[in-house]
This record gives sequence, structure tokens and C-alpha cells, in this order.
Amino acid sequence: MHVLACIKRVPNTGASIVLTDDEQHIDASNLGFTMSPHEECAVEEAIQLTEDHGGSSHVLTLGPSEADEQLRTGLAMQADEATLLETDGEEWGPRATAAAIARGIEHQGDGENPFDVLLFGNESADTANYQVGVHVAKRLGLPCVTGIKSLEIEDGTAIAGREVSGGEEIYRVDLPAVITVKEGINEPRYASMRAKMRARNQEIPTLEPAGESGPGTLEKIRLEAPQTDDSEAEILGEGPEAVPDVIEVLESEVEVL
Amino acid sequence: MTLALVEHENGFPDELSLEMLTMARDLAAQEGEDLEAVVIAGEEPVTEELGAHGVETIHRVTHERLDAYAPEAWGESLAQVARETNAGTIVGPGSDRSHEVLAHAGAVLDAPMATNCVDLEVDPGGSYELTRQRWGGSLLEHAHLEGDVKLVTAAEHEYSIEAAAEPADPTTETMTPSLEDAHFRVQVDRVETGTGEGIPLGEARVVVGGGRGVGGPENFDQLEELADLLGGTVGSSRAAVNEGWRPHDDQIGQTGAKISPDIYVACGISGAVQHMVGCKGSERTLAINTDPEAAIIQKADWAVVGDLHEVVPALNEAIRERQ
Ligand SMILES: Cc1cc2nc3c(=O)[nH]c(=O)nc-3n(C[C@H](O)[C@H](O)[C@H](O)COP(=O)(O)OP(=O)(O)OC[C@H]3O[C@@H](n4cnc5c(N)ncnc54)[C@H](O)[C@@H]3O)c2cc1C
Ligand SMILES: Nc1ncnc2c1ncn2[C@@H]1O[C@H](COP(=O)(O)O)[C@@H](O)[C@H]1O
Repeated sequence: MHVLACIKRVPNTGASIVLTDDEQHIDASNLGFTMSPHEECAVEEAIQLTEDHGGSSHVLTLGPSEADEQLRTGLAMQADEATLLETDGEEWGPRATAAAIARGIEHQGDGENPFDVLLFGNESADTANYQVGVHVAKRLGLPCVTGIKSLEIEDGTAIAGREVSGGEEIYRVDLPAVITVKEGINEPRYASMRAKMRARNQEIPTLEPAGESGPGTLEKIRLEAPQTDDSEAEILGEGPEAVPDVIEVLESEVEVL
Repeated sequence: MTLALVEHENGFPDELSLEMLTMARDLAAQEGEDLEAVVIAGEEPVTEELGAHGVETIHRVTHERLDAYAPEAWGESLAQVARETNAGTIVGPGSDRSHEVLAHAGAVLDAPMATNCVDLEVDPGGSYELTRQRWGGSLLEHAHLEGDVKLVTAAEHEYSIEAAAEPADPTTETMTPSLEDAHFRVQVDRVETGTGEGIPLGEARVVVGGGRGVGGPENFDQLEELADLLGGTVGSSRAAVNEGWRPHDDQIGQTGAKISPDIYVACGISGAVQHMVGCKGSERTLAINTDPEAAIIQKADWAVVGDLHEVVPALNEAIRERQ
């Protein structure tokens, strides 16, 4: 079984979001970059599926040359191969991204999709467009299930579960299929030091992406960090000596006691 | 014309759909057009309820194979209604299902889509200046949306539920979309109901959260006890889940649960933005943290600077003594 996981390089943020002066990007100079938790789970799922069913796992991203860092994270987790669709680092919208990824996928299989399972995050961490997986499926003519938190493969059929209020919807889908996942589907492994070293030297083929995005546009003008209430907390005290004051606020202000 | 996808239960629009109708009605008013609704499958929609929220026409989509939810068939149906009615805009609520259905419709119509909007202004030329959430709401994007057909969704809990100043008296038009087998490749096979144990995080009036500072799975016992004493439930940060101390179901934040308790007691949690977006709905926050510089202390209403392993047991004991 051949499994693909598509991941996106996004800035790490921490305790507050700092923007670049032109308000076009998050200033990542302090904290660096990462991938979404959903996508970390997509990579883990790809690896587990090939461990259980044989075959190979592949990670792919569309991003700047530095996005090889996130691909190497995937390789260090034990994915077999990686592909970079290299851009100049500007944001591509979800439709252009999907078009480029669909082409990249077909390129891997000499014009046809070579993957049995194509995993995506349910939504990207930064822009949350909820579209790339669905649009890739549409372009490749594949079925698509989204928001999946449990997955079994039996005889070429995926049995996929999605949480809904009060329970779980179960889908049965014939492969090949696009499956978008949510954090919680598995526990992503930590890469060992040795695996990280090996991944550092692994060759990553780079392709030039091509993707048009049809009529109509959604264009970013600028970003804005919303106002947060940064009035200092009232310090009730240090250590256990604060307990009477805690009781007081729980009783008279919050009224839970 | 503005077309709103309404999700409903027994004919009544659900909470997020009602929020979305506030946004959609304003948008239709700015465009000087009618607001029409699409209701796919299920029971007959309650017309008065939709009329009260300003819906002039209801498009009820029925089809013999649409009993169980099928995302591609829903998206295709929505696209067909949009084409037939010449809709310029399709609006959906901020739910997972709506995002999925609109994404399918957008792929069919090859149209741009802006998710999780919090503000929309119509330009004279008919394009939109909009504000939408990024990073689960920790960041805003100002953007320009343009196209013959545009898709937008309303961010969760950003619009209040408001009835229209003047209720409408909607007419219902039933339509049967033309669907093929391929549209039903993905369809709900069955629904398994949950065990429903304990208070769900999203509904708890008191949430006691534990982060990396808790130090291990066994130390969550103290937090469980505090939650019990206060009639609440325990949640956690992603760090505690990644350590394997708590199940992912307990996670609060961008990729976890959204909570809205009367009080959130955050123990050994630093206050990262992705955690805090899950707690935006909390009325009050009490932080217990050894580090007086921790971001959570800035973001909380009250704080105790100290070791949670000393503070929480002492607090539990003091509460028990009072009872
Ligand atoms: C796209 C994305 C999505 C994410 N989604 C989520 C999400 O949904 N939920 C989430 O929580 N995180 C999420 N994260 C991770 C988030 O950025 C933080 O890494 C995480 O919230 C940190 O958890 P923490 O506060 O428990 O740990 P730390 O940041 O390590 O903080 C531990 C805190 O405990 C305090 N402490 C230590 N010992 C004690 C003690 N004995 N007593 C009292 N205090 C003590 C320390 O002073 C410190 O403030 C996401 C990240 C990304 C990139
Ligand atoms: N630039 C990208 N490169 C690779 N995969 C991507 C990229 N952007 C989005 N994706 C994938 O598509 C999913 C949904 O993205 P979105 O439609 O932006 O919410 C993400 O979770 C990723 O798995």
C-alpha cells in the first residue's frame, strides 16, 4: 500500500503572535516553524498503515526551500520518501495549492495517482481553509472523507470514523481515497536522534509546482493580532497561603462554592 | 441573491446556523437582495423559524438517497441550487460539516471561499472586504474576496443570534437534485453513539486544566479531586496529551475542545495562544503557576504563584473542610 501525507510549514507561535512590520506574515525569527498537529497525525498514520500493510509512505509539501525542515521531520518519524513542491515562500491559496499538489501526485505516478491513501489535515493550522483535501480529491476524481479520528483498512476499503456530537459517524470508502484527519487519531512518535541524523542527509526531490486557481480570488490584505485583555491578573498570593483568598473568589465572585 | 446553507435538527436551525443567519441577513441587506436558505434532507424545515430570521425563500432539497449524510452529494446539491437560483454568494455556518459541504460546492463551482469570517463589507463593485480568523481565532486576516460566485462561512460564536427586525413569510420550494452513484461514494454507513460518561468539556461550568507543570499522569488525581469538589471536569494542554498523561479528548485549544465555563482553573499551563483560543469562552480564569512571568498570569483574572502540587491539595482540603 502506498500512502501519502501532505503537510504545511507554519510558524510556531507561543504565548503571543508577533507580526512582521509589513503585517503580511508572522514574525518567526524567534520560534521557528512547525507543522499542524493534525498533519503530524497524518504522517504518523501513513507510517502506521505501511507498517501494518506493507508498501511505502511519502510526505509532500508545497512551500519554500526551507520547508524541507518539515519534510525531514516526517522522514525522521520513518516516512520513506519526501517531495518538495518549491515556491518562493508567498502564500498560495487553497485552490492553487490543491491544483499543484494534484499535479505533483500525478507526476509521482507517471501521470496517474500512485497512492492508495492520501492523507491531509482536516484544516491547516494557520489559514484553516478546509479545502485543499477536498479539492485534490475532486481533481483526481477520488472520494474524500474529512475530519477522521479513527481509521482501519480492510481489503481495499477504509473504515473511517468521525466524531459528531453524541457519537461517531462511520464511513466505508473504497480505496484509493483522500482522507483528512484530526489530532487524536493516533499518538505521533518522537523521532530518535539517529533517525534525525539520517533524515538530515536524505535526498529530497524538488519539483516546480504549477497550479492555477480558476476564476475569482481571495487575497490577503494584511494580518492583525486581535486585542487581548492584558490587564494583569490579581495575584491572590504565593503557595498554599493563597488558599483562603482562592476560596473567597470561588465563593463570592464565581459562586461555585 | 444570497443563499444560506442551514443545518437543522427536527426542522429547527441549529445554534451555529442561527448565528450564520445574522451574518447572511446583513450581507443580503448590504447587497440589497433577498436572503434564501437551502435545507438538505431531513425533516421539513419550520418556516416560521427561518422567516423570523429573515429568510424569504426556502429551498428544500430532497432525494431518495439523501437519508444518510453524504458530503459530496450535499455539496453537489448545494451547487445545483446555487446555479438554478443564480446565487452570487453561498453562506454557511462555522461547523465542520458546513465547511466540508461548502468546500465540495466550491470545487464543483470552481469558486473562491473564505472560511471563518467575522466581518464582511460589500464593495460598490460587488466584491467583499472581509475579516476572517486565522490560527483558530488568535489572528485576524483582512482580505478581499472577488468572484461571480463567492463562498463564505461565519466563524463559530462570533455573531449573536438575532431575529430579523421584520419577519419574513417564506415560501418553500422543493427541489430534487440530479445525483449519480459517484456522489454517494462517501456516505455515513452507521452512527455509533458515545458512552456519554461525565460532563463534556464544552458544557462544564467549571474546568480544571492541567499542563506540563502537572509533571505526570498520577498527579492529575489532585486536579480530578478539585474538579469533583467544584462540580466540574478536568481538561489539559496539548503538552500533557503529548506526554501521554491524558487522552486527546481532554485537550483544550485550537486542535482540541473549546470550553466556556464560569471558571477555568489552569494549573501548570503556560498560556500559549493555541491553548488560550480554546478558553476564550471562559468567564473567569484562575492560574496556578510557579512562574510569575508565565503568559497565563497576564491572561488570567486571578493567579496563585506557587507549586500546584502544594496549592491544589491545600485547596482541596480547605474546600472539603467547609462541606
Ligand atoms: C498548530 C498548533 C496547534 C496547537 N493546538 C494546541 C491545543 O489545542 N491545545 C494546547 O494546549 N496546545 C496546543 N498547541 C501547543 C501549544 O503551542 C503549547 O506548546 C502547549 O499549549 C504548551 O502546553 P503547557 O502550557 O502545558 O506546557 P509549557 O508551555 O511547557 O508550560 C508548563 C507551565 O507549567 C508551569 N509549571 C511547571 N511546574 C509547575 C508546578 N510544579 N506548579 C505550577 N506550575 C508549574 C511552568 O511555569 C509553565 O508555565 C498547538 C500548537 C500548534 C503549533
Ligand atoms: N502548502 C501545502 N503543502 C502541503 N499540504 C498542504 C498545504 N496547504 C495545505 N495542505 C494540506 O491540506 C490540509 C488542509 O488545508 P486547508 O485547506 O488550508 O485548511 C492541511 O492540513 C494540509 O494537510
